[in-house]
Amino acid sequence: MKIANSSTTAVSLVKAALSRIEETKEWNIFTFVDKKAALERAEEIDARIKKGETVGRLAGVPYALKANFLSKHRPADASVKILTEFTSPIDSTTAEKLDKEDAICVGCVNMDAFAHGSSTENSYFGPTKNSTDKTRVAGGSSGGSAVAVALDCVQFATGSDTGGSIRQPATFNGIYGIKPTYGTISRYGVVAMASSFDVIGFLAKSASDLDLLMSITAGQDPKDQTSLPDYYGADDTKLDKKSVGYIKEFMDSPALDPEIKSALESKLSALRAKGYDIVELSMPTLEYALPTYYIIQPAEVASNLSRYDGIRYGFRTKELNAPDKTPLDLLFENTRNEGFMRENKRRIMIGNFVLSSGFYDAYFLKAAKARTLIINEFNKAFEKVDAILSPASPNPAFKLGEKVDDPVSMYLEDVMSVTANLAGIPAIAFPAGTNKAGLPLGLQIMGPRRSDKNLIKLVEELA
Amino acid sequence: MEVTEQEINHLAMLSNFSLEPSEKDALKKDLSGIFKYIGKLDELDTSGVEPTYQVFEMKNVWRADEIINQDADREALLALTKEERDHQIKVPKVL
Repeated sequence: MKIANSSTTAVSLVKAALSRIEETKEWNIFTFVDKKAALERAEEIDARIKKGETVGRLAGVPYALKANFLSKHRPADASVKILTEFTSPIDSTTAEKLDKEDAICVGCVNMDAFAHGSSTENSYFGPTKNSTDKTRVAGGSSGGSAVAVALDCVQFATGSDTGGSIRQPATFNGIYGIKPTYGTISRYGVVAMASSFDVIGFLAKSASDLDLLMSITAGQDPKDQTSLPDYYGADDTKLDKKSVGYIKEFMDSPALDPEIKSALESKLSALRAKGYDIVELSMPTLEYALPTYYIIQPAEVASNLSRYDGIRYGFRTKELNAPDKTPLDLLFENTRNEGFMRENKRRIMIGNFVLSSGFYDAYFLKAAKARTLIINEFNKAFEKVDAILSPASPNPAFKLGEKVDDPVSMYLEDVMSVTANLAGIPAIAFPAGTNKAGLPLGLQIMGPRRSDKNLIKLVEELA
Repeated sequence: MEVTEQEINHLAMLSNFSLEPSEKDALKKDLSGIFKYIGKLDELDTSGVEPTYQVFEMKNVWRADEIINQDADREALLALTKEERDHQIKVPKVL
């Protein structure tokens, strides 16, 4: 990362970022640019450097917050209408920690509304376009984060990953993205999607940048009871079997793009040449990972999104007149109806269906049991191998509009990435060249819980 | 499974949505496709398997019974609502 010091000023870094944001407007990346505050902060950091004071590890580094991160005085709309009139009175723990290290937030970036989506087309502010090809999607839901980094608007961006939302856009734009072990980074001040899956992570241009960001943000937070005591860099799970696996069922999948398959095969050969044992793993239960995820996740979404009623904060409807309903009922119904995007509604309704009486056992309980089987399959695999190399998504960036009217085909984008979220294990997406058409290709590597740092080292070996 | 008019109305009621007829039709079609897809899970034998509801490694996380400062005071929180009077959030008539 390029950090402000005696020869590079924070102001010059921020100015470069702001002019790049201006030049890349066509991509529709930023939903809010915090120009004045960013420049003031940069001047303050430069003054401290000039005085010879110690500055943070990210001094003057411009970064972007995904629009579902709360930070004081900035909008935190999660790219959804129901939160457009909301300005955060608090800082998310992640924003606070980055601020303490003197990183400079230059603005907030676009995403699928409430992180529901795999293309950033499902945003109240319209789609973000792919960094390489403007007729294609950015990936999602952290599409704005990925394109902001890929096009050098910022040096890194925050992301959240519930089913692949950091990793798939990272691979679609040729950059790195980490989904840490569940609980590694505090989720305080980030808009909740599906709480048994949601993790905070980062998108950046190198594995070493991810390492630095992890070492700054990992750790227990009294404001998030599901955060783990800091293990990062201290008691990480060792990866010392010198053995990497690949999943037979993913390799044989007819959905897998042949160029991604050959990129994966060449990385496996490179590892073999470095003395790693390459092990074929049969993980037949993963065929059920996506239906499992698309039962549990909407159930948690329906529960988390029931809080949006237009009363305490955010958008509130003006339509309070109808013959057969009370104004209060209309306040709830119309605020939610006008405030949510179509995909938000789909997920809330799926969730309420799988949780409703008569269907709970057949859907939600069944999926919770399938999740156990999937976790067992990973545990068994990690007895044999240090890590598993796999595609992050079955295909490179697809065309804008291609899948937007077909929710199931959009969900299938997550078919290989959701596995890590179901098991709560870390996974890192990294670039693996380009295809014949020049589009970025990427892969992911998954490891056992708490192997995040060693997984980053493995990615560095693969680069 | 095909989602019926009655089912979509029930789900809209559970979700607190006032759907327009055209949106109802679109959602009926979308949800039918999605329910068919997730129904694939029927094939998997889960007999005798314990369910997993969360993957957090810790249990019973305790803390001292002290207030953790949440940064935002009453004024800041009330400022987020659309209508406020005498330090209270105003809503349409309930009774």
